[in-house]
Amino acid sequence: MNWLIAVLQTTLFVILAPLLAGWVKCCKCRLQNRKAPSVFQSYRDLLKLTYKQPVVSEQASWLFIKAPYIIFSATVLAATVVPLIAVDLPTSASADVIVMVGFFAFARFFLALAGLDVGTAFGGMGSSREMTISSLAEPAMLMAIFTLTMAASTTNLSFAIAHVLGEGLVLRPSFVFALAALILVAIAETGRIPVDNPATHLELTMIHEAMILEYSGRHLGLIEWASQLKLMLYGVLIANIFFPWGIAETLSLEALGYGLLAIMGKLAVLAIFLAIAETLVAKMRLFRVQEYLSFAYLLGLLGMLSHIILEASR
Amino acid sequence: MIAVYLVLLIPLVGILYFALSGHREDTGRMNVRFNGITLLATVWLAINVLNQGTIISTDKAFLIDPFNVYLIVLTAFVGFTTSIFSSPYMAHEKEIGKLSDKRLKLYYSMFQGFMLAMYLVLTTNNMGIMWVAMEGATLATVMLVSLYRTPESIEAAWKYFILCGVGIAQALFGTILLYYAAVQIGDGENALLWSVLYENADKLNPEILNIAFVFLLIGYGTKIGLVPLHNWLPDAHSEGPTPMSAVLSGLLLNDALYAVVRNKMLVDGATDSNMAGYLMMGFGLLSFLVAAILLHRQKDIKRLFSYSSIEHMGLMTFAFGIGGPLATFAALLHMTVHSLTKSAIFVTVGYAAQLAGTQRIDQIRGLIKTQPKIGWGLLIGTISIAGFPPFGVFTSEFLVLLATMHSYPWLTLPLLLGIGIAFAGLFRHIQPMVYGDRPEGQNPIKANLWPVTIHLALVLWLGLAIPGFLAHWFSQATLLISGSTPL
Amino acid sequence: MNIEQLDFYTQAILSMAALVGLTSFLMLGQGRLLRLIFVFALQGFLLTLTTVLAAYSLDSHHLYISAVLTLLLKVIFIPWMLRRQVLKMAMHRDIEALKNNTVVMMGGASLMVFSYYVLHPIVQSSSVVMLNALAVSLSVMLLGMLLMISHRQAIAHVVGFMSIENGLFFAAIVATNGMPMVVELGIAFDVLVAAVLFGIFFLHIRTSIDSLDVDLLNKLHEVDK
Repeated sequence: MNWLIAVLQTTLFVILAPLLAGWVKCCKCRLQNRKAPSVFQSYRDLLKLTYKQPVVSEQASWLFIKAPYIIFSATVLAATVVPLIAVDLPTSASADVIVMVGFFAFARFFLALAGLDVGTAFGGMGSSREMTISSLAEPAMLMAIFTLTMAASTTNLSFAIAHVLGEGLVLRPSFVFALAALILVAIAETGRIPVDNPATHLELTMIHEAMILEYSGRHLGLIEWASQLKLMLYGVLIANIFFPWGIAETLSLEALGYGLLAIMGKLAVLAIFLAIAETLVAKMRLFRVQEYLSFAYLLGLLGMLSHIILEASR
Repeated sequence: MIAVYLVLLIPLVGILYFALSGHREDTGRMNVRFNGITLLATVWLAINVLNQGTIISTDKAFLIDPFNVYLIVLTAFVGFTTSIFSSPYMAHEKEIGKLSDKRLKLYYSMFQGFMLAMYLVLTTNNMGIMWVAMEGATLATVMLVSLYRTPESIEAAWKYFILCGVGIAQALFGTILLYYAAVQIGDGENALLWSVLYENADKLNPEILNIAFVFLLIGYGTKIGLVPLHNWLPDAHSEGPTPMSAVLSGLLLNDALYAVVRNKMLVDGATDSNMAGYLMMGFGLLSFLVAAILLHRQKDIKRLFSYSSIEHMGLMTFAFGIGGPLATFAALLHMTVHSLTKSAIFVTVGYAAQLAGTQRIDQIRGLIKTQPKIGWGLLIGTISIAGFPPFGVFTSEFLVLLATMHSYPWLTLPLLLGIGIAFAGLFRHIQPMVYGDRPEGQNPIKANLWPVTIHLALVLWLGLAIPGFLAHWFSQATLLISGSTPL
Repeated sequence: MNIEQLDFYTQAILSMAALVGLTSFLMLGQGRLLRLIFVFALQGFLLTLTTVLAAYSLDSHHLYISAVLTLLLKVIFIPWMLRRQVLKMAMHRDIEALKNNTVVMMGGASLMVFSYYVLHPIVQSSSVVMLNALAVSLSVMLLGMLLMISHRQAIAHVVGFMSIENGLFFAAIVATNGMPMVVELGIAFDVLVAAVLFGIFFLHIRTSIDSLDVDLLNKLHEVDK
């Protein structure tokens, strides 16, 4: 039964991810006074891409063709670790947050390799940028997550969320910092403004898009889907760790349904904030990204410090 | 008690009078009158204290004890004589077109504002109000430093503002910590009153007080001009109008030191370790030596004497830091004689600079030949401040040396060395200015040297014999600060 | 004592402390003057909230007065004045290139640790909460100084100066529930006068060096060259 729900939850994750992306796009259009596409437009795009025949360069090795599948499955595996609608599930209990970060790194590694594989200038450039950013973002992210796990004394997300829930409403200074750090990292990792712009293919600025420039058809579809999944993953992380209320603690149908509604509501609100931020903020120069990420790291560090100093028992 | 209110009320009326009245010819003389009346009020206050001993006002807002009463009179006296000097001096500055009527109005109004802040620092019983008044003194003087509106003076004023503002913020943090320690043992509204704190000093938490004192020393130490927080002082002294330099050196520095010592008394009551004393000794000695060395490299006469001020403030801080009855007595005496001598010197320096038309040392020459009064005034003032007998500065420095020899013999050497270096530094600059030939076209100016004469005569008197009532106050204050009396 | 055992008021105060500290860091890394001023106003607003919170939970009326004073001075008057200056000088498009921004940030983090270190003896005599509140306010002060060191614009210096005041104010509110009323009024008066004087000074500096870049104020030296 538990396993069934776990599988169901992961499936929900995979299915809902394009919806979230569509909703963000929709909000952004509204904010920028443009006519918004339907929220289901992302599904149509994915469907269209699966019909199309992929075009693969003659120089491409096996890696280029396999990479989209690896990336997608690694991201899906990462998604199994994160509690979406219920806390007490075997998949999320069996692995912890470091495994999730590992899955992300794994996917990113293959993405970068695939970008290099064909040998175009843009692919290599994108890969190099991606690795630079991720090498800076990862410590910041771990710092933020460690703050959280120290508060809950576990690295397991499921237990951590249960701990936060069990405590009730406690205002923790360290969470303020960790939340801010995690948001900054999430923006960098999912390639949103101001670090990267998912909506353009401007050669000088693109990072993620540069790597996947050579992809087409269902390969492209899978990679897009994986990145939508990643966006949702980060959204769920932020929403469920810091505002876990509503998530199902028992596995009754009622609680699960309630949990689903809650997480959808939280994500919708989060997406609106994201859209507002992306509308207000301009994309920054690539060389300022390290400043941005070191600020995120600093916040994570401060969060950890304030946890050790402010909240630890003595 | 009425005397205290009078002392505070008269400068307040003065501020409003100068700020609101239109331009008048006799503003300078009015300023003298205001300061004169305040001086009378302080004398009345002093007589009250002499008869009744320590006075605490009924609402406990003001406290006059032997430690601050003589400083109040000193403040009023120096303020009075400086205002006598400043009246023709500022008139001259206006004549040569350096100042407009409006600025003159600002000057006089802020002069009174500064005096008010000084009296408030000295009379208040509330450590918080003391901070407020100290900051008020900065705010009142900052516009005076930039009175001439030259780029240099604006730079000096900005430096003064920022450095002192930031510095004194530390003192407020120290005061907050003090209050924090105090509310743990007593009631809220009265917890910052010095008299209450002093009575309960042994109950205050020593850990907190030690930390608080570090912040207080840094904060008020910026105002004292302790190295390495002294950068504003020479700039502010050299770029502002000379009467301002006289009161800054003679009064503001003293009062900042007064604030530190008041706080030290609390800390000493709370802790057994002499941490506060050692800190003051260290900073004092450092300032003393650094300023003595820097004296040699000055090219501006007002900067020269402002470094001399840092040197002497360092010596006083050091003496208060030693903390024994002899050292404390010496420091109290030194506060008085330094204040009198230094304001006298700044008055003569002001005339000398007007005479030569510049503040640059290498262009001021032949003062005795041009105008003997000014030349001799500067020379005697320098002799006095350098610590020659029979002037009062000699007595107090000698006492400090004695006390050092008694408590920390190995520190006598750097002290003697510093005095020697400072002496050489002053004289190598002063000698060519005073003696030497008179440059072309240098003519005598109208100068009133009565304030200088009175100040130096007083210093001489204090060097030969300390009048009974003053000695009584000094020993009372010494008893209060160090716990025993030297006499 | 763990944080979950503290009452809600203390938790809220601690979170406020964290937020005030955070705004200090935000100011430190800010090269645009208008945004700097905005963050400063935000910090002032957080202070006001803290004061109201303290006033409400302690039922102390005079804290409401200081809350109003803070709101008027730190959130409205001073930011308004600075903003006007920036717009008048047409400096709102300039971005100050901050040297060694990362180093400054890390320096700021070390200052925060340092202030805990300095104040640590206090913890023996009182609660952890007091230590936190005092340490955060001390670090806000130190960060204000760091802001003044790392920025060159006079306006940034004033913001640093005022944020030092903010740190002091926070300490007074949280550690001792406000100073006695006279003192608090006196401090507010001083801040007001200082703010007005700063305004006058901007004018003077501008007329004398035709810029508000403090690095150009370099005529006076310790020893003559």
